[in-house]
Amino acid sequence: MSRILEVNLADRYARVEAGVTNLAISEAVGPEGFFYAPDPSSQLACTIGGNIAMNSGGAHCLKYGVTTNNLLGVRLVTLDGEILDIGGEAMDAPGYDLLGLVCGSEGQLGIVTEAIVRLIPLPEGARPVLFGFDSVEDASQCVAAIIGAGIVPVAMEYMDKPAIHICENFAHAGYPLDVEAMLIIEVEGSDAEIGAMLARIGAIAKAHNVRTVRESMSAMESAQIWKGRKSAFGATGRVADYICMDGTVPTSRLPEALQRTGEICASFGLRVANVFHAGDGNMHPLILYNVNDDDERVKAEEAGAAVLEMCVELGGCLTGEHGVGIEKRELMGRQFNDVELAQQKRVRAAFDPEGRLNPAKVFPLGERAA
Amino acid sequence: MTEALKPEREADVVEAVLAARLGGTKLDIVGGGAMAGLGRPRAERRQLSSAAMSGIIFYAPAEMTLSARAGTTVAAIEAAIAEHGQMLPFEPMRPRALWGSDAEPTLGGMVATNLAGPRRPSVGAVRDGVLGLKLVNGLAQTIRCGGRVMKNVTGLDLTKLNCGAHGTLGVLTEATIKLAPKPEAETTLVMPDLGESKAVEAMTRALGSPFGVSGAAWFASGMGRAFSRTLLRLEGFADSVDDRAGRLASMVGDFGQVNRVTGEESAALWRSVRDAEFIAEPSDRAVWRVSLAPSRAAAFAVGLGETALAHFFDWGGGLVWVATLASETAASAVRRAAASAKGHATLMRAPDSLRAAVEVFEPPSALGLRLSRGLKQSFDPDGVLNFGRMYDGV
Repeated sequence: MSRILEVNLADRYARVEAGVTNLAISEAVGPEGFFYAPDPSSQLACTIGGNIAMNSGGAHCLKYGVTTNNLLGVRLVTLDGEILDIGGEAMDAPGYDLLGLVCGSEGQLGIVTEAIVRLIPLPEGARPVLFGFDSVEDASQCVAAIIGAGIVPVAMEYMDKPAIHICENFAHAGYPLDVEAMLIIEVEGSDAEIGAMLARIGAIAKAHNVRTVRESMSAMESAQIWKGRKSAFGATGRVADYICMDGTVPTSRLPEALQRTGEICASFGLRVANVFHAGDGNMHPLILYNVNDDDERVKAEEAGAAVLEMCVELGGCLTGEHGVGIEKRELMGRQFNDVELAQQKRVRAAFDPEGRLNPAKVFPLGERAA
Repeated sequence: MTEALKPEREADVVEAVLAARLGGTKLDIVGGGAMAGLGRPRAERRQLSSAAMSGIIFYAPAEMTLSARAGTTVAAIEAAIAEHGQMLPFEPMRPRALWGSDAEPTLGGMVATNLAGPRRPSVGAVRDGVLGLKLVNGLAQTIRCGGRVMKNVTGLDLTKLNCGAHGTLGVLTEATIKLAPKPEAETTLVMPDLGESKAVEAMTRALGSPFGVSGAAWFASGMGRAFSRTLLRLEGFADSVDDRAGRLASMVGDFGQVNRVTGEESAALWRSVRDAEFIAEPSDRAVWRVSLAPSRAAAFAVGLGETALAHFFDWGGGLVWVATLASETAASAVRRAAASAKGHATLMRAPDSLRAAVEVFEPPSALGLRLSRGLKQSFDPDGVLNFGRMYDGV
């Protein structure tokens, strides 16, 4: 099921089968001046069906939102084999927001076979700038100050020193190796607008002690800057085995979250590299370990769980866009109490009373549906 | 009718719902009462008002996030965030003109009705800006949904499910919302005298452009001016708005004259679009809000013929407001036309008698209704909360 069924540029939507890859949509409508906005790092391979199941985001969701904000409709096959069309061509759907409920439900409410996704006009241009900082605090406060100044860039990506080194060794993107933290900030618009916006952002960065500034001067340089970031996971895999966590924290708690992530991993004797979407607080700590060392593998999992519990404690959540699945189901009790989990299970049961779709995921085992 | 319950704390809400449940009574959930004219009419029931639960709980400008109690007025929130140069991105409707009510909409009512304004195509509906909710379900249990972060796929998204649920799943007690920077400047391009088809064509071209059009609406002749007006809004930093306005104006130049209005004059235009001001009078007419694909808007509106006593477009044609006689005949004509345009219609305003005789919200399919009833059951098995407000049994 990997066909694009309909492209309607006047009404700005595409109707696609669930197995279409994320990038295939943007590639199909790109020549006409449109794109599909959510852009997870895996967009070359991941499918729209999977994006809907996990409500995927991406680097550019600060401006354009995540999957649920870019979806107009889905066709859902229920457990009984009935077909439910939710939403459609219109911008709002009638009745309960079943579209919002299905999005991010990890395949537990039905099987999505088709989706109607919104298409967005491509900006005239986009340009990233790269900032290096001597301290994590300066970088984090710079992010807060940019938003506080009324500027919402399309992307604000953060990398710490270990992540910078890993990515630079792999992608040769020209990242500064002597800084503690790096931001990639991208703005969109006409050349004049981009220039004006980067000037404002540059002044804010200066006030926050930025040490290295590199504004992209060409499309090739922009691609290079992004290549380093987008290859972070693959590049890390060449250095060591790793598990990637996906907790989110309120952006004001980022410095504290980063410090505590470092401390937690150090207490297990493990290294960690941080690369994440700074604008939305969705952290992606990569905890490095040796998969052939059973002891280290257990430690990595324990460290990961401790990091996620910290995210919840700071007012965030267990998972921003990767989903709960099996890995995090036993941690659900850290974020929700029994009454809340029972409510969620009853909602699920309205679609699937016996829990036959993706069983044993999301909800802790050993508890019966209320 | 007995006096309304006005809980001041969440614990009082829990107690009130529990008492109603045990006593076998039903509750009407209201905030300030601004939205009371919407939905299927109810029998006389005990009211539970969240109006006394008000106040901002936290506001983090640098995170563009605010959390407040459900009874906080939208106006109070807008005033507090304006001090930091921020706004509600989704432009919630103030239905004062439509329902002739002086009541201020509350945060809870805004979430429960999900009535987004002109910025809907570019930044989303109310549901897109709600990050988290706290509510008391029909079992008198406190449920937290979502949180205060933008990226969150931890468990089922009960936050969105409760947006636009008209209080049928829970009594909202708190909401956390995402804010946006208030644009430094706004300019509206005004194109006089385009008919429905030409107007939608112009709006479609503008919304498909890279210029960041944040509003596209069409007023029929007689709505504030003797001639029809097609409106295209641009917002942002002043230099950028000027630049984009010039280029957008040339892009739609072949449609005819393009005038510009800015500042308060522009803002006032968009308030009238948001609040459906020009369609509110005469007040004995029924008013419909019809969602459909923009390319079907003109044929839909023109096809209604004399049934439509007045109509205008928002969302580039994706939202059509229609005034009709408050009659069952007119109601079925609107429903038929909306269905054949693959859209859906909500009866926003009508006398109780009409709202009792015809469906207010677009009737779901048999499967859709079964699932909706199942969801209602999962939150409120005894039907204590706003029972029957949306559909029979929901």
